[in-house]
Amino acid sequence: MHMRTSDKIAYFIRLHRTGLWVTVLGLGLLLYPLVQDNPYTLGVSNLVAIYGIVVLGLNLFIGYAGQISLGHAAFFGLGAYGSAISTVTFEIPPWSAMLIVALLVAFLALGLAIPTLRLSGHYLAMATLGFNIVIHRILLQWDEVTGGVSGFYGIPTLQIGTFALDNEIRFHYLVWSVALVALLLCLNLVRSGVGRGLAALSGDETAAAALGVDTRTSKIKVFVLSAVLASVAGSLYAHCYGYISPGSFDIFVSTDLVIMVVIGGMGSIWGSLFGAALITLLPEWIEIFETYKDFIHGGILVLVLMFLPQGFVSGIVDLLKTRTALRRSRHASS
Amino acid sequence: MLHLDNVSKYFGGLPALHEVSFHVPRGGITALIGPNGAGKSTLINCITGVHRADSGKIQLEQVSIRSAPTHVIARHGVGRTFQNLKLFGRLSVLDNVLSGLNNEAGSSMCMALLRLPYLRHRERHLKLRALEALDNFDLTHLASHPAQILAYGDKKRVELARASVGNPRLLLLDEPVAGLNATETAAVAAQLRRLHRLGQTMLLVEHDMELVMELADQVVVLDSGEVIACGTPAEVQRNPRVLNAYLGSMEPTA
Repeated sequence: MHMRTSDKIAYFIRLHRTGLWVTVLGLGLLLYPLVQDNPYTLGVSNLVAIYGIVVLGLNLFIGYAGQISLGHAAFFGLGAYGSAISTVTFEIPPWSAMLIVALLVAFLALGLAIPTLRLSGHYLAMATLGFNIVIHRILLQWDEVTGGVSGFYGIPTLQIGTFALDNEIRFHYLVWSVALVALLLCLNLVRSGVGRGLAALSGDETAAAALGVDTRTSKIKVFVLSAVLASVAGSLYAHCYGYISPGSFDIFVSTDLVIMVVIGGMGSIWGSLFGAALITLLPEWIEIFETYKDFIHGGILVLVLMFLPQGFVSGIVDLLKTRTALRRSRHASS
Repeated sequence: MLHLDNVSKYFGGLPALHEVSFHVPRGGITALIGPNGAGKSTLINCITGVHRADSGKIQLEQVSIRSAPTHVIARHGVGRTFQNLKLFGRLSVLDNVLSGLNNEAGSSMCMALLRLPYLRHRERHLKLRALEALDNFDLTHLASHPAQILAYGDKKRVELARASVGNPRLLLLDEPVAGLNATETAAVAAQLRRLHRLGQTMLLVEHDMELVMELADQVVVLDSGEVIACGTPAEVQRNPRVLNAYLGSMEPTA
């Protein structure tokens, strides 16, 4: 039996739908600076990409593995300060510095994960929150290395050969390329046996273990991966803006990152980008949002948890899947 | 296949299992019965590493699994279902069954992140096996349904499909027909007979005596954490201790 051309196209789209969506997004981002070259607007969208990278990793840990972290801004900050100190104080080339810092953050996250991931729920939240507070205090008080409360100035821009990534359009292509790579890697992960293992872990730890998932190691691995993504995002943040201060990496940033995960959708990779975009862009669209930011973040969080507990994207996707399944069942039975 | 030798388990000094010994032969169905609180689920949990037995030996084909963690025991080839269903509600039925092939999917995070061609090929192969299992359990039409919206009977069959899809060396079934109506029970019984014909070794914990007596090659009776009888269904039905402890109202058959 021969397939019709339309069936072949439909089959191809279904088979490669993830890659096609990433390609469509990539093309849109490639063309975006042609229609929007305002440096301020591009700067905001670059920030979406940077937060998006952190939230992608955090969503693997919270949304897929079912754990909680209120300390990821610390890894974000360590990436930023690590790159700043390595390039300015130790004069290490920026790309090498980014890799070295990511590696060091991975080891630190591993050291933190081994004892703390024995905990769960509120205890894990408190442990990660404590870690964030400690890192934030160090950034604030170790003046001679971090610049203390005044922040760290003069961080060099990144370069590819002699091509300096020194304006918003060039940053746009850099940060969104990294965000797309992170998106693709995370999509690959969740569609694999490892991803199903993580989903099983968040569903029921005993059942996951009974299916051969090494629950403890899985949690540690995904925590380290999310810390590395946060570190890379931090390094990009430092090199893109040239200035960093401890206020960008405190516990309130950590809670904002968790809000991005929850609002976008726990267990939804695409939802991570949506959550990062929504929380970053809202203050730009609504002025009052900036003034009452914490109230409005809290309000949105409460509304989402009340009406779409899985977050916007996951909640809507779940709803559609359920409706489609029920419609098919009704159709089959009639 | 599975040897239990003087297995004991205590909770706060109270014996849940006391020197339990029996052998599950390869390719057969061994039923584990006993009144509520006899220690059946505790024993299943000790075999699968959810609880650690305090003493005794648990060996799967000469390999001791008493001190091994749950995921290692699963990788040795022990599959199980749960008395209280433990499906992953948000995952589709297909993904639930695919998670039963986790041991073969590979656990390298780097490989998973890169999704190299060989991994894609393996994923396709596993998906075909999961679809075949769904077909065997008459669940194909539910493949894309989120597990949380299924009827209870369907959930039971999905859990059975998930536990058996990886062809485990030993399949532990904790009350697979509890809460099912007669039609659903018959469907599950048919699946168990099919698995039995394929040579699947099973340890079945069940309260439905009709099903146990029909399917089991060997019946082990637990009472207050101790084995009070072990033999063929006919032998067990004639055993006075069993009649006293558990089957009191059941007439012995000739």
